[in-house]
Amino acid sequence: MPNLIPLLPEIFMLSMICFIILTDLILRSKKPGVIYYLSQFTLFGSFIITAYLYSSPVITSFSQSFILDPLASLLKIFIYISSFFVFWFSRVYVSERKMPQAEYYVLTLFSILGMMLLVSAHNFIVLFLALEMSTLPVYALVALWNDSPYGAEASMKYFVMGALASGILLYGLSMLYGATGTLDMVAVSQSPHDLLLVFALVFILVGIAFKFGAAPFHSWVPDVYTGAPTAITLFITSAPKIAAMGLAFRLLVDTMPVLQPEWQQILIVLSIASMALGNIAAIIQTNLKRMFAYSSVAHIGYMFLGLLAGQTAHGYAAALFYMFSYTLMAIGAFGLLVILSSKGIEVEEISDLRGLNSRNPWLAFMMLLVLFSMAGIPPTVGFFAKLWVLESVVQIHLVWLATLALVFAIIGSYYYINVVKVMYFEEPDTAAPFVCPDNLTLAMSVVGMMVLILGIIPSSMIMLCRSVF
Amino acid sequence: MPLLSLLIWLPVLGAIIVLIVGKDTNPNVSRWIALITSIITLLLCIPLYMGFNGHSYAMQFQEHYQWIPVYGINYSLGVDGISAPLIMLTVFTTLLVVIASWNAINTKVSQYLASFLVMQSMVTGVFAATDAILFYVFWEAMLIPMYLSIGIWGSANRSYASIKFFLFTFLGSALLLIVILYLRSQNHSFNIIDYYSLKLSLHAQLWIFAGFLLAFAVKVPMWPVHTWLPDAHTEAPAGGSVVLAALMLKLGAYGFLRFTLPITPDASHVLDKFMIGLSLIAIIYIGLVAIAQTDMKKLIAYSSIAHMGFVTLGSFMIFIIIRKTGSIADAYMSLEGAMVQMISHAFSSGAMFLGVGVLYTRIHSRLIKDFGGVANTMPVFAAFFMIFAMSNAGLPGTSGFVGEFMIILSAFKANFWISVAAASTLIWAAAYTLWMYKRVFFGKIANDKVAALVDINFSDKVLFTLLTIGVLGIGVYPLPLLNMMHGTVGHLLTLSLQTKVT
Repeated sequence: MPNLIPLLPEIFMLSMICFIILTDLILRSKKPGVIYYLSQFTLFGSFIITAYLYSSPVITSFSQSFILDPLASLLKIFIYISSFFVFWFSRVYVSERKMPQAEYYVLTLFSILGMMLLVSAHNFIVLFLALEMSTLPVYALVALWNDSPYGAEASMKYFVMGALASGILLYGLSMLYGATGTLDMVAVSQSPHDLLLVFALVFILVGIAFKFGAAPFHSWVPDVYTGAPTAITLFITSAPKIAAMGLAFRLLVDTMPVLQPEWQQILIVLSIASMALGNIAAIIQTNLKRMFAYSSVAHIGYMFLGLLAGQTAHGYAAALFYMFSYTLMAIGAFGLLVILSSKGIEVEEISDLRGLNSRNPWLAFMMLLVLFSMAGIPPTVGFFAKLWVLESVVQIHLVWLATLALVFAIIGSYYYINVVKVMYFEEPDTAAPFVCPDNLTLAMSVVGMMVLILGIIPSSMIMLCRSVF
Repeated sequence: MPLLSLLIWLPVLGAIIVLIVGKDTNPNVSRWIALITSIITLLLCIPLYMGFNGHSYAMQFQEHYQWIPVYGINYSLGVDGISAPLIMLTVFTTLLVVIASWNAINTKVSQYLASFLVMQSMVTGVFAATDAILFYVFWEAMLIPMYLSIGIWGSANRSYASIKFFLFTFLGSALLLIVILYLRSQNHSFNIIDYYSLKLSLHAQLWIFAGFLLAFAVKVPMWPVHTWLPDAHTEAPAGGSVVLAALMLKLGAYGFLRFTLPITPDASHVLDKFMIGLSLIAIIYIGLVAIAQTDMKKLIAYSSIAHMGFVTLGSFMIFIIIRKTGSIADAYMSLEGAMVQMISHAFSSGAMFLGVGVLYTRIHSRLIKDFGGVANTMPVFAAFFMIFAMSNAGLPGTSGFVGEFMIILSAFKANFWISVAAASTLIWAAAYTLWMYKRVFFGKIANDKVAALVDINFSDKVLFTLLTIGVLGIGVYPLPLLNMMHGTVGHLLTLSLQTKVT
């Protein structure tokens, strides 16, 4: 009998999902509020269980194919928190557009379950299955809104690209298996340096870069971000990125420590390409969702800086901190779009934000914090996120890379402050104030204030990120 | 009492209250809260001045708390003879901005006042921080309120000017961060004072110098990275121009004194001719450019750049003086002149921007040709403006004279031709300032709008009286100011003249 204790959060999540499906069947989709609160309760319950298991020693289960270590627990907690915000922001949006509601929550929860397994996977089979489990529901989610003209197209693109990426990743994994004869990460990590391993590494890195949406494997990102309903984009840009962190840590750090010099080189290239392409392409966008899509490509580039700096420079902790703060900012940015879209109109263009400061100063201010955080201006969390990754890059004596990263950050700051310009300096098209439900104002305020407060006292957060490595 | 923390955070508190209480329907409530906040912070400067020991170069009023222990980043504050006068200047300037907004700003009043109160906090924080990351946080955070104040309350071309301002200053300061991180990788400390004793090869110093130069030269601004300033000054509201001229430009000069000279003395030594060359270009070329301006704000903006050229000239001339005469006293006068010039420039240019702001709120034009004979309709205002114009031109007895005179005097010890070039500013400054004054204030009343002008009201009189006290006070009796600096300037000179190459 395998030890089921480390799987408790997953077991709880799965049981709750089944319960939610049954409840919806009994309620005949009449009371979506119940489903919403049940879903939030599911996240909350998993959070409690994961937090309870957090301090336990590292446990493996199912003949070492599943691991519960602090890294997995921390990533899971980040996934719960971001999904909690996603549900909070999306509830009105989803119901106003008459999307199938129970399906929205259930599919999202299934995807979250996949991510939880992914960050805990310690065996290539489990890893790959979990990866598929986390992405398949998202393909459906993108196409969930029947009235959307672009949903199906975006879903199809996402599916084809995602399948391609999975295939490449799987090919790399199969090569690892061919070289070492084992599917176990620990066993692979102890095998000596081998050219075939390097060959496999390239395929695996391409797969990872696809999942993150790093340049030059980013082509699906802008299309999917734009085509998906905004609430779904909000989800795609948050939890899956954290899960992809888990994928990267498990495959690169845990499985191939001996190849660190090799994957460092490749990550440098990917990082520069992402920062350059993301920041420059974002400048010319007029569609906000597309702009934030390219901005996410750029942010992945910065996160890679931490990843490539390695453990001695505390780069992994910096990368984790970066990812979490990026997720927070992305939730704020897309959350605002979801809020503004709640009146049955889709807010997607930059010009739709015109004069927001005159129509609703508080929302504009929260968005201001989020945007300056993305640009990396203190006192917001985005500054410290950039500071930590740059610090780790300087630690490994790549001062030129840090300088280059900052140059791209300066280029990138333009499109963020341009949005601030539209919100603050221009007159609104209609003078009518934008009245936002208190509930959603609160959600936006929580995110905005977290961006600010973590920017003023980032200490405990970075300690937490450091403690898991 | 944590005096410096109070000075930094009280305005933020005031800003939050202004934002919560202030509505567009009751702008006076916001104005009074902001005024009370700035008066309280001004009163806090009294214990700062009384308790300050000018003979010591050590950091005073120190505060020290751990902020981010894993990275060794601390919340540490302290002031010395360079930063203490600048903090007082910051507090005083914000008070002026608050009073000046009484008539000039009528839209989004609470947001306007909150921006400037936050700006005061951030600028004070920059001057008070002794931890490099804390310094950098304040240094960058200041961009947000400044960007907003130019963009929201500026004139027609404000978006362009504010974005240009943001990108220029962000470009400069981003490299400062790399330099700080590099220094930290050398000695595992973010304490600025620790960097003073850090041994660095000349090669490393030159790179660090370049990073500092870009960061600070953009803020000063030095030719040729000055182009954001005329745009930002021109489009900003009067308060924004004052803060830009009186405070923002000082940050760059402060950076040279706090970072460049003591951390990279050898590189400064090697490159001093280059820096002097840039300073002289600013003084002469920009002075000539100022003469040709038709827009009053642009003219004052260019004159600011020329005046700030004196600050960088005075700072980097010390090496030539020592090489030539070996006299510490002469170099000392040069450096102290630079400090005095920083303070006095704040008064004269700030006052002139406020004066132009008064005219702009009445006629909605900054062009010289739209004015003429203003002295006939606004005699009191004309008299005040005369004092400020004279200070800008460097008339003895006004604040503008003291710093420039000290620097020109020490320039004689360095090189005759440097002093000739520097002294030519007395001609250019007189030309652009007085010619503008003549065209705007004297002569026949130019048009109906000027004929309809009403003289300044009570709040503006208070404002200009305060400024006049500042301008004449420093001009006639600069000793209290100099006494604050003595110890620190002497120590800074010692640090700048040592060699750090091992």
